Amino acid sequence: MTALLAALLIAALLTFVLWALSAPFRARGGDATPPASDARRALESAKQAKYSEIRDNETDYRTGKLSDEDYRTLDRQLRGEAVEILRAIDELDALESSTGD
Amino acid sequence: MAFAGRVALVLALAVSLYGITAALYGARRGRRDWVDSGRHSIYCLAAILTVAMVILEVAFIRNDFSYNTVANTSSTTTPLLYRAAAMWSSQEGSLLLWVWLLSVWASVATFITRNRLRDIVPYASSVLLGFGAFFTTLLVFFDSPFNQTHPAPTNGAGLDPLLRNPSMLIHPPMLYSGYTFFTIPFAFAVGALVVRRVDADWIRVTRRFALASWLFLGIGIVLGARWSYYELGWGGYWGWDPVENAALMPWLISTAFLHSVMIQEKRGMLKIWNASLVLGASTLAIVGTFLVRSGVLNSIHAFGASTLGIPFVALIAAMTGGSIYLVVSRREVLRSEHTLDSLFSREAAFLLNNVVLVGLCFVIFWGTFFPLISKAVTGTSAAVGPPWFDRYTVPLALILVLLSGIGPAIAWRRATLANARRNFLLPLGAAAAMAVGAYTVVPIGSSPGVVLLFCAAMFVFASVGQEFWRGWRARRATSRDSPPQALLSMVRRNRRRYGGYIVHVGIAVLFIGVAASATFEHEQTLSLQVGQSARVGAYTMKYMRATGSVVTDPNNTGATMTLGAVLRVTRGGHYVGTLRPSAGYYPASPIVPGLVVASLISGDAVDQIGLQSSWRRDLWAAIKPLGTTLAANGTQLPEESLVNRADGLIPTSESGVDQLKLAYYLLRAIVGHYVAYPPAASFTLIASPLVMWIWVGGLIVFLGGLTAIWPAPSGVRDRVRARYLARVGRELGRA
Repeated sequence: MTALLAALLIAALLTFVLWALSAPFRARGGDATPPASDARRALESAKQAKYSEIRDNETDYRTGKLSDEDYRTLDRQLRGEAVEILRAIDELDALESSTGD
Repeated sequence: MAFAGRVALVLALAVSLYGITAALYGARRGRRDWVDSGRHSIYCLAAILTVAMVILEVAFIRNDFSYNTVANTSSTTTPLLYRAAAMWSSQEGSLLLWVWLLSVWASVATFITRNRLRDIVPYASSVLLGFGAFFTTLLVFFDSPFNQTHPAPTNGAGLDPLLRNPSMLIHPPMLYSGYTFFTIPFAFAVGALVVRRVDADWIRVTRRFALASWLFLGIGIVLGARWSYYELGWGGYWGWDPVENAALMPWLISTAFLHSVMIQEKRGMLKIWNASLVLGASTLAIVGTFLVRSGVLNSIHAFGASTLGIPFVALIAAMTGGSIYLVVSRREVLRSEHTLDSLFSREAAFLLNNVVLVGLCFVIFWGTFFPLISKAVTGTSAAVGPPWFDRYTVPLALILVLLSGIGPAIAWRRATLANARRNFLLPLGAAAAMAVGAYTVVPIGSSPGVVLLFCAAMFVFASVGQEFWRGWRARRATSRDSPPQALLSMVRRNRRRYGGYIVHVGIAVLFIGVAASATFEHEQTLSLQVGQSARVGAYTMKYMRATGSVVTDPNNTGATMTLGAVLRVTRGGHYVGTLRPSAGYYPASPIVPGLVVASLISGDAVDQIGLQSSWRRDLWAAIKPLGTTLAANGTQLPEESLVNRADGLIPTSESGVDQLKLAYYLLRAIVGHYVAYPPAASFTLIASPLVMWIWVGGLIVFLGGLTAIWPAPSGVRDRVRARYLARVGRELGRA
């Protein structure tokens, strides 16, 4: 009985492994959710990091760690950097849509 | 089923090797299907190893002693709960646990990143599967948990009684989760360096996994300290043992990384440093695994000699060499984008914190490996003890606590003197008040080191408290939230910042407990007769009566015989509490014919401490009933003459079962005699202040870490994103 159970277990494992490892080959061309390009992902992450930096700067200001002048200077600088990232994302979008056309 | 287990391990090795090949082939040829198949190998590895774990776990629970590992580490007298956890007390079982946890966490990581970092993931998958292949190779060819003996013995040797503690159920899985989690940032760092891509997306992924490994390892370390305090019978929680140090080192390095990666995230600086920290922490995690199992250094935690030294040294050498090569060959990609704006900024504080943490790690590394270093240089192995570690680590820890108060109070990029004056006024005032209090109200002035640490901790509390107060006030000013809602939403909107602050408070609390308990502890080790008292600090502990039981172990650890004491504790004549320390005696294996009674109790003897814990102090007691040392294993066996006489009364002509029944009957009589006419017993009695705060501090650190790692709700994230997008849009309009 135990031997039969062991044999069934091994067979089930082998079937699962073969099915799982071959799945990407069987689904070739059928990638339902094409992932965003890595460059875009990187820019999105850079954007999030920059927004987080802007928020941190604002929190530092509100909790009295920055003077008005320092806050304004840094805020302007950070937003400028955020604008650059947004511009890069737009350029990438334009490039992707022109390639698509 | 052992055969199925062995097949599962071979299959796991084959799948790992296939996955490495498929992922690398896919990366080189730009074939997404091969890369995905490689990634699926990790899921398969997790599924196969889960089956192997279940097979072995069932064998432990069913007392299937045909498995060598079950026979060596479990027995019918081992309680079910500890039988279920006995797997990781053996080398082969712990290796299986390690690789199973690796496969589970690696599956989580590769599933989360299935649609991102597409150029890095194939290499990261290969590295993770490389670790999988290494450990399954050890399990298949060197030390299989599915090796069997036929015919099976009727009983096993039993779990080491030292490991029969609730902390042990969860401590090893937590520690190993920490170690295995470190392989994920390592794998992603290797992948990023191979493809020369260390951008913001890589940081986002790596940071979260590094935080998870830091959290798990931290929990494991604290649980290990608790086990030491409750189980080892010496009254301490940290002994600078090599295995303790091995867990602490990667934790320190990952703490440094979690701080310095913020500088890379914000300023594009310290890329070489951060890559080195990630790679270093992971290598140290493997060193930790190696030390637990190798027996290369003497440790109270090395529960068995290992035959796996050479493969582990080869792996560590490969990781170290490969890491150095990757960092050096990619130095151009890792060049900093900016320089430090000001030495008076949060970045500068983080840099200093990194130097201290790495310095601390170096000191611990040197002290831990000194026996090997001294043997290599002088031919004689010399160890350094706790005083050596304390000499260097105490000042560094003091600086670290102070920095955890300075960091939150200064701004990123630059801070002005005027703002600094305003932000440091309250923390400095709190620290000064503590110093005055230390010499007037609380009598701790005799120990300047402790006063300094208490002042630094007060500095941290005031600094973080001020941050919470100001943040909450700002939140209240810009929202209609009620006061508690404002506090909650403030933390929720910036979990990393406030989670980090909570961790700082936890560390300060923990160090208060460590400093006070280490400095102001009172300890007495002495022999007492019933009715005699001992003075321990301000407390008097009186040995009221002896206790004893057979089989019915009050601590449910499966001890055959438990002998203990009832101690009445008073302070200034007033009753404070009762302590009930005991010693558990476990059976030897196998039972020796003719010495059945002696065999039942001459295995290991382990302390079960008596403890009364409060927020002010711990009263701790351990007992060793005195007797004659047995030549066989050094156990102090009380009532030895009675035990010998009892064994003489058991006729060897009786069946084994009847001999055993008679032995238990006689053992009860012996214990009854011990309780009625107790001989002197040796006691270790300790009164130690603020120990509970070590565990409370650990809990606060855990809560802070959990706050920081918890993902922001998507709704909040989206609202925040939309608001900032609009603002940036407005700025764009102005530009």
